[in-house]
Amino acid sequence: MEEKSITALLGANGAGKTTTLRAICGMVRTEGTIRFSGDPIQGKRTEDIVRLGIAHVPDGRGTFLHLTTEENLRLGAYARKDRANVARDMDRMYAYFPRLKERSHQQAGTLSGGEQQMLAVSRALMLAPKLLLLDEPSFGLAPLVVRELFAILRTINAEERVSMLVVEQNAAMALELADNACVIETGRVVLSGSAAELKKDDAVRRSYLGY
Amino acid sequence: MDALLQQVFAGLATGGIYASLALALVMIYQATHLVNFAQGEMAMFSTYIAWALIEAGMPYWAAFFITIGIAFVLGAVIERVVIRPVENASVLAVVVVFIGLLVILNSVAGWIFTYTIKSFPSPFPRELPFGLRFMSPHQLGAIGVTVVVLLLLYAFFRFTPLGLAMRAAAQNPESSRLVGIRVGWMLALGWGLAAAIGSVAGMMVAPIVYLDPNMMSGVLLYAFAAALVGGIDNPWGAVIGGFVVGVLENVLGAFVIGNELKLSVALIIIIGVLLVKPSGFFGRVQVTRV
Repeated sequence: MEEKSITALLGANGAGKTTTLRAICGMVRTEGTIRFSGDPIQGKRTEDIVRLGIAHVPDGRGTFLHLTTEENLRLGAYARKDRANVARDMDRMYAYFPRLKERSHQQAGTLSGGEQQMLAVSRALMLAPKLLLLDEPSFGLAPLVVRELFAILRTINAEERVSMLVVEQNAAMALELADNACVIETGRVVLSGSAAELKKDDAVRRSYLGY
Repeated sequence: MDALLQQVFAGLATGGIYASLALALVMIYQATHLVNFAQGEMAMFSTYIAWALIEAGMPYWAAFFITIGIAFVLGAVIERVVIRPVENASVLAVVVVFIGLLVILNSVAGWIFTYTIKSFPSPFPRELPFGLRFMSPHQLGAIGVTVVVLLLLYAFFRFTPLGLAMRAAAQNPESSRLVGIRVGWMLALGWGLAAAIGSVAGMMVAPIVYLDPNMMSGVLLYAFAAALVGGIDNPWGAVIGGFVVGVLENVLGAFVIGNELKLSVALIIIIGVLLVKPSGFFGRVQVTRV
């Protein structure tokens, strides 16, 4: 993956996209080597990998349903050492997603799907990560909400200089967002390149874009 | 009227003790979804430690705080050594471990300190000022200590990052790991805190029921009843349940069914709540999609 860029990970159901993200975070046992900024991270505990600056928006959003929106955000910053900047970053998240500010004292479980996805992204960003892993950010959201979310992701990538690895079913939207992309099939990379190239690729178009 | 008031105040005093122990049960329940049957014996064991320290000549309050510290460490060690290996075992296996823990603590206490009943001192003065006559000084003191413990716990869970992390770890371990919380340590910390709260309950109840290895069996039963009344997953409910059970026990024991049958009040409450409102009066009703 290129630093500070957005990479999309595409593939059919069961290709191993979610598993790839979980492997990076040490949530499944792995073989081989995973390097982050040159250092091997495989075999480390999830808690320690997070401390290196890898934030994960998991499949199903991982919201703390019985805590308030604000508490969810505070938890996102739990592993950070620079406590002084946390309040500032929380305000930044509220600026990106004003809806969350309105709901800051509401139980996160009462938020709508789109709001919970925004919360999940914000919670991950509260770590001030170097790398953000996003698992199906569009899942279960209305197309309009997805467009809004992806636009904000683009802005965040540009403003915060965060690298992103995005797993998506919606290949068209993902290629729109990403700089680079990988296509995997049953755990193997079968194709990779810039998003623009892949969009033109006939095989990708037929299998994943459907036209 | 005076007699009734006296029973109500006595009920509030013991109710505070039940509330503390019920709170300890709820804390462990929230993290593990299991009821720790050994909670009472853990409290009893800590109370013996306090007794030994006082016998050795230590002033009461010094012994009180050192005992809380020791109980905290012991609770955390029990989680790490005894509970951790059965973390993913079936419910029944863990319950057996809890019961094993209960029996072991009970026997070890009997073996070290003998089964002879001992008196345990109260730190509060013999006479109350202002001629208060509805309550004994120890009862008033026990209520005060309970309230302080509850307020401290509330502040800890509500306002500190560590308290928030503990709540998060109990609710959603996987997400907690993803924000960098060391979930295993949070569980150990939870056990430590529960044991510490239990030790306070033990030291407050010991002057009333006297010190012996079986002193907590009745208290634990009332604490179960309290936790169930409040809803086993709600800390506030457990506290309110504790006071309700304490008052009911004393009033019914004095005026309705007599002191000998007092303990059956706890059983009636447990069965009644389970029949009428299994989630308790403040508990969350779990809805599962099938």
